[in-house]
Amino acid sequence: MNSIIFTAGARLLVALVFVFSLFMLLRGHHLPGGGFIGGLLGAVAFIIYSLACGPEETRRALRVSPEGIAVIGLGIALLAGLFSFFMGDPFFTGQWYWVGGDSYETAAFSINSVLVFDIGVYLVVLGGILSLTFAFEEET
Amino acid sequence: MSRSLAHETAHLTRSPTPTMAEHSDPNAPWKTLSGIGTSAITAALFLFFLQYVPTIAAGEPVRWVIPWIPSLDVNLSFWLDGLSLMFALLITGIGAMVMLYAAKYLAGHPQYDRFALYLFAFMLSMLGVVLADNLIALFVFWELTTFTSYLLIGFSHADPKSRRNALQALLLTATGGLALLAGFILMGVSQGTFEMSQINAAGSLVGQEFYTLILFLVLAGAFTKSAQVPFHFWLPNAMAAPTPVSAYLHSATMVKAGVYLLARTHPALSGSDLWIWILSIFGAVTAVFASFMALRQTDLKQTLAYTTLMALGTLVMFLAGSTGYAITAAMTFLLVHSLYKAGLFLTIGIIDHATGTRDANLLGGLKKAMPITAMAAAVAGLAMAGIPPFLGFIAKEVAYAGALEMHLWLFVVPMALIAFALMFAVAGIVAYKPFYGPQGDLPHEPHEGPWPMLLGPVVLGSCGLLFGLMPGLTAYYLIEPAVNAVMGAPDTGGRVKLWAGFNLPLLLSLITFALGFLIYLKHQALRERLARIEAKSPDLDASWDVFLDWFVRFSKGQTGLIQTGVLRQYMFATFAVFAVTVLITLITRGAGGVNLNLAGLGLMEWGISLLIAAGTVLVLLTSSRITALVGLGTVGIGVALIFIAYSAPDVAITQLLVELLVVVLLALALLKMPYLDKGNVQKHSFPNAVLAIAVGVLTTWVLLLVVDQPFDRRLTEFFEAASWTQAFGRNIVNVILVDFRTLDTFGEIAVVLIAALGAFVLLKGMRAAKEEKK
Repeated sequence: MNSIIFTAGARLLVALVFVFSLFMLLRGHHLPGGGFIGGLLGAVAFIIYSLACGPEETRRALRVSPEGIAVIGLGIALLAGLFSFFMGDPFFTGQWYWVGGDSYETAAFSINSVLVFDIGVYLVVLGGILSLTFAFEEET
Repeated sequence: MSRSLAHETAHLTRSPTPTMAEHSDPNAPWKTLSGIGTSAITAALFLFFLQYVPTIAAGEPVRWVIPWIPSLDVNLSFWLDGLSLMFALLITGIGAMVMLYAAKYLAGHPQYDRFALYLFAFMLSMLGVVLADNLIALFVFWELTTFTSYLLIGFSHADPKSRRNALQALLLTATGGLALLAGFILMGVSQGTFEMSQINAAGSLVGQEFYTLILFLVLAGAFTKSAQVPFHFWLPNAMAAPTPVSAYLHSATMVKAGVYLLARTHPALSGSDLWIWILSIFGAVTAVFASFMALRQTDLKQTLAYTTLMALGTLVMFLAGSTGYAITAAMTFLLVHSLYKAGLFLTIGIIDHATGTRDANLLGGLKKAMPITAMAAAVAGLAMAGIPPFLGFIAKEVAYAGALEMHLWLFVVPMALIAFALMFAVAGIVAYKPFYGPQGDLPHEPHEGPWPMLLGPVVLGSCGLLFGLMPGLTAYYLIEPAVNAVMGAPDTGGRVKLWAGFNLPLLLSLITFALGFLIYLKHQALRERLARIEAKSPDLDASWDVFLDWFVRFSKGQTGLIQTGVLRQYMFATFAVFAVTVLITLITRGAGGVNLNLAGLGLMEWGISLLIAAGTVLVLLTSSRITALVGLGTVGIGVALIFIAYSAPDVAITQLLVELLVVVLLALALLKMPYLDKGNVQKHSFPNAVLAIAVGVLTTWVLLLVVDQPFDRRLTEFFEAASWTQAFGRNIVNVILVDFRTLDTFGEIAVVLIAALGAFVLLKGMRAAKEEKK
């Protein structure tokens, strides 16, 4: 698509949508959002970029191939599950660590395996959809 | 023998004289890690099992259990009693010698390491078969032996004949294995336990509900594995494998797995008329058929293959009985056969190695050049012929005594007599003639074999002699414990004797010798007559090819019919099946009408419905793909609006984004496609419209029925209460996804990844194909 307006606008929009996708990922545990929605939004961001600047340019911007991103995501999700296994709990039991307190009410924030899993979901969805899109775009 | 006769019979030989490819370079180093290592480990296992001999002989079985899948009652449980101990000793003892032999036999072969791995894996699988107590574990090991045997038969994989024979053995024995699995499951479920030792201890299954079915399924497994007529033809073909494999798998161990199975299940399954008749008839027919076929062959390896078949038939025939003599006969014959047959196979390998041929018509006078081989062959041959004082003689005596005691003795005794007499003659052909008979034209000047190859035949032959000279000890430590295990109760024993007095079995033995000697003298004439009969009789091996060909054609036909490759037809079929099954369910469940209550709908609901309807109409009317896509997108967004209206923001966002992406992705694809062909659309539109309307109406009907039911809030209440207290999250949808049902989500993202990779590969493949065309 050879439109200067679209190309210039896309560069701004991509950054905004991508940051928004991360925001959706992180807020997901309490408010609408999560890894799946975040991943879809992230994919939308890069698809806009790819429509504006072409799939080759987008691949360069991504640095890692979308298939690679998806595989890494699945690996992260698996690790999040295995972690509880190593802690002696059944596979995929959520593990929570409180920082600055000893319960959810008193702690400043938490480090948990559930979010790690959600990040894995995010990456799989992002990578999966992008690899599909690029394959379509590059198929001429 | 005259040269002209040799030429005349040579063309009748079914398999050609083997290629030299499987033979080693005599100067190649053979003391490799894979050769020495595997045989050393196997020898150590032999010693390990040897230490249990006194315990088992005293009547104390040993049991090891490792839980595997306890929820399904599948355990790695091992049971060492007289029967499994005898097999374990044969497997490890013969195995160690065969591996050493193979190290020298295949020394310098580029793929020897692979061979050693296969052979070792086979040895372990076979040990698993005879030691496993759990039926499922037994099945797994059983199939592992099938699989490793496939690899070993097809070891010379560059030869299409070798590949074909390997596949034949695999298909036949694996099909039998599946029947066996069904039989095992039936047996385990109906008896309430999968441990064979417990099933045997609980007593006979005869007369129980599933007995007949279980029996047929187990026999299907045993008969294919042990190559009983009419499933016999894979075994002679399996001789495509290198000789050590034939010696080990296809005479001493694997083919005896079927016999082992019959012996192992003997306490539970034997005794019925069905058991007696089927085993007697199949066993006897196999034994007699095979011994005639053995006489007919000129390739010594083929001859031995058929004598193995004869032995398997004999063993099955004696397992038909339940008396002490019949079982003792089976166990004694099993022991002696494994010893002499493995020895003879290895001897044939040495001869082949040294002279370059296995043709019975050419071989002769090798005694001078190969004195040790000649001696080993003689010892094995005498055991095979059943000459006193070898264990083979005792086996034959006990066999006759057992045959006389059996229900069908009138049938079994003459069959056994014919088989044993032919065996006597074949022993002469295999073990006497090549060494003492007249010599033909040999491809190589014969020379004595190297010691790693001689060790096996010498040790095995000596065992046959020693066991015969010490029948009391052999019986106490090896045979009687096995007999007790097969009978499921302590037996009186004392039947294994070198001299049992002047009795009917001895008389039958003398007749056997006389008859056998006569056949040996006349074997050339007999062979030609047999060849003529064989030429006229139906060839099962060729029928197998026809059957396989027909089967493949059938598969291709039905695949072509169902898998057309036209996406539209797949979708039509999928939706048609959906519509029909839903309709049938609705009718049989007596689903009634539904009351549509439209009173509560406000402006927003009507508006969204109109939007969706408009989108649908647009899709139906347009002839542009892009416009149709936009129509579909409108429908999707309408649905997302419904989610928003009923406050399900997570689902709504997901729906919205997915719709967006679908439109973008499809647009990318559609841009590259031509405009719709109106005529083509019209042709398909009537059945498609009917189906679409049917699916739409049925789905609506089901949905309205569901909504009509009182809503079950139990799950909702649980998640509302637990998502904060247990998972520290306020967004229930997300908590369910990443915490309560993480495993499901994990499966789903794996599916996303696989789907993406699949589409990626497909599209890349299309592009590569296009570039190739250019």
